[in-house]
Amino acid sequence: MFYREAGDFSTTYPQDSQTFPIKFDRYRYYFVLAFAFLVIPFIINDYWANAILLPFLIYTIAAIGLNILTGYCGQVSLGTGGFMAVGAYACYKLMTAFPEVNIFIHVILAGGVTALVGVLFGLPSLRIKGFYLAVATLAAQFFLVWLFNRVPWFYNYSASGQINAPERTVFGVLVTGPSAPAWATYLFCLVFVTICAILARNLTRGTIGRSWMAIRDMDIAAEIIGVNPLSAKLSAFAISSFFVGISGALFFAIYLGAVEVGEVFNIQKSFLVLFMIIIGGLGSIFGSFAGAAFLVVLPVFLKVVGVDLLGWPTDIVAHFQFIIIGALIIMFLILEPHGLAQLWRLTKEKLRLWPFPH
Amino acid sequence: MLDSTEGYTTADGRKIGGVVMEMKNITLRFGGVVAIKDISFDILEGEIRAIIGPNGAGKSSMLNVISGFYVPQEGEVWFRGAPRPQMKPFEVARQGIARTFQNIALFEGMSVLDNVMTGRLTHMKSGLLAQSVWRGKAEAEETANREVAERIIDFLEIQAIRKTPVARLPYGLKKRVELARALAAEPKLLLLDEPMAGMNVEEKEDMSRFILDVNDEFGTTIALIEHDMGVVMDLSDRVVVMDYGKKIGDGTPDEVRNNQDVIDAYLGVSHD
Repeated sequence: MFYREAGDFSTTYPQDSQTFPIKFDRYRYYFVLAFAFLVIPFIINDYWANAILLPFLIYTIAAIGLNILTGYCGQVSLGTGGFMAVGAYACYKLMTAFPEVNIFIHVILAGGVTALVGVLFGLPSLRIKGFYLAVATLAAQFFLVWLFNRVPWFYNYSASGQINAPERTVFGVLVTGPSAPAWATYLFCLVFVTICAILARNLTRGTIGRSWMAIRDMDIAAEIIGVNPLSAKLSAFAISSFFVGISGALFFAIYLGAVEVGEVFNIQKSFLVLFMIIIGGLGSIFGSFAGAAFLVVLPVFLKVVGVDLLGWPTDIVAHFQFIIIGALIIMFLILEPHGLAQLWRLTKEKLRLWPFPH
Repeated sequence: MLDSTEGYTTADGRKIGGVVMEMKNITLRFGGVVAIKDISFDILEGEIRAIIGPNGAGKSSMLNVISGFYVPQEGEVWFRGAPRPQMKPFEVARQGIARTFQNIALFEGMSVLDNVMTGRLTHMKSGLLAQSVWRGKAEAEETANREVAERIIDFLEIQAIRKTPVARLPYGLKKRVELARALAAEPKLLLLDEPMAGMNVEEKEDMSRFILDVNDEFGTTIALIEHDMGVVMDLSDRVVVMDYGKKIGDGTPDEVRNNQDVIDAYLGVSHD
């Protein structure tokens, strides 16, 4: 009824392997894209940008990155916060060292720097897996935060130990700093999210994605079929860190503007992104969007309902938030380990047949 | 009839060519346990070669030596006329050796099609950047390899389940998908580790037919381990028999069947 694939035939292999093989899906995707690019910038205000849209977009990139590593390649990582910090500090150093270069390029280069660091910390994955790898990446998290705290070169010897994003423009429009207009910061992040999502999707449906998934599902069989475990795992770490680095750079330069590394990119950030992909769906690009949206909107939603509508004290609502997120994670792990993405898939299956399921 | 360097013609008229793989005095030890003891045999181009033996004879170890999982302490593996240096399993795969496993080793989270496409990995060359934009060379390569994969899917009659996640399939189909994945690599040598384990008679007949068809249609050289004697005797051109890590027989099914050592190994021998 709502969702038709009847009469929708693929006659070539490229048609069949495209991201949205069903016409209805494809048009909805174009619609969402057009809405995000052409409508939202005109109706956006500071509150929506800072409370919901910017964190949603930026966390989505981080979630896509972690999903490539954990969801597709099966390598658990707890170092996301640390890698985001690498992106942020790389972006800061580049911005201050080369002020004449466009910030767009700085953000991409920051991703590249993070990819290198990611490969370095991914090396243990060749020997260890599962829990032990998680602990090894945890070491990356603590080491990187410590490094950025302790070596003054990283924060340009500023007295506070913070890094502050200098004002930068794209096409003459300010995108960083407190006076940047909401629509400009939003569009800047949206461009990155769109590009990252398309790249990630292309990688995961192709050869490299299949070798990641092969490593995830059964590493011995993967090796016997011709997957080089070294290059598969390290490329997953590199590309994952590239995305995470970009999100860290955007988080610092566009969203926060000023960063104290121990507060912003601590272990909680790593867990937050991990929860996003667990709730959203491991091994799914859509799941990265869904998980990020869910965990960004939920606190805002609870605050609006609890504090503004019901008039409860803020601290109680804040504690409720912990309880609810904790309960949700347990629920998802038990009931639907593939997260919101799987629920969405099931809903589509149902809608396909509704209202005559037989 | 069995001049192994020259090849021979089988009873049903297939030409068997030169040596594809030759095991020379292989000895494999795990600590004090000798799994394979000084075994030599060859596999000729285009033939179906069976390795049989009672439980614990070292058959699977032998297959693992061929596919590069185990490194023998002594002896050499010759592949296509040259001694093979010590290499990792994925390098062996790239030389053109594919295999299936005794207990299915499919990628459970992926669809049948993706599993078969993974078998094409050794033929895919496009770089990371090309893949990430999915234009030009990467897409053309994907399509070309998809065509090969679809041919195999067609051949093994699993078209209907190509988009199904492997985890949802019954056992017999999983075995067939695993064969499809190995075949997709277009191997020069295909190793099958108990392709018929745990199947009923009908499924065994299907699988036997597929193995013969593969050999016939693609001319693939096949080495297989199997416990069902009826199947082995019907399918294979030549049989190696192992017992306690030693080779006790080698020859056509008829020769092996009448070999006294083989009969002793399988039926037992009284020691009085």
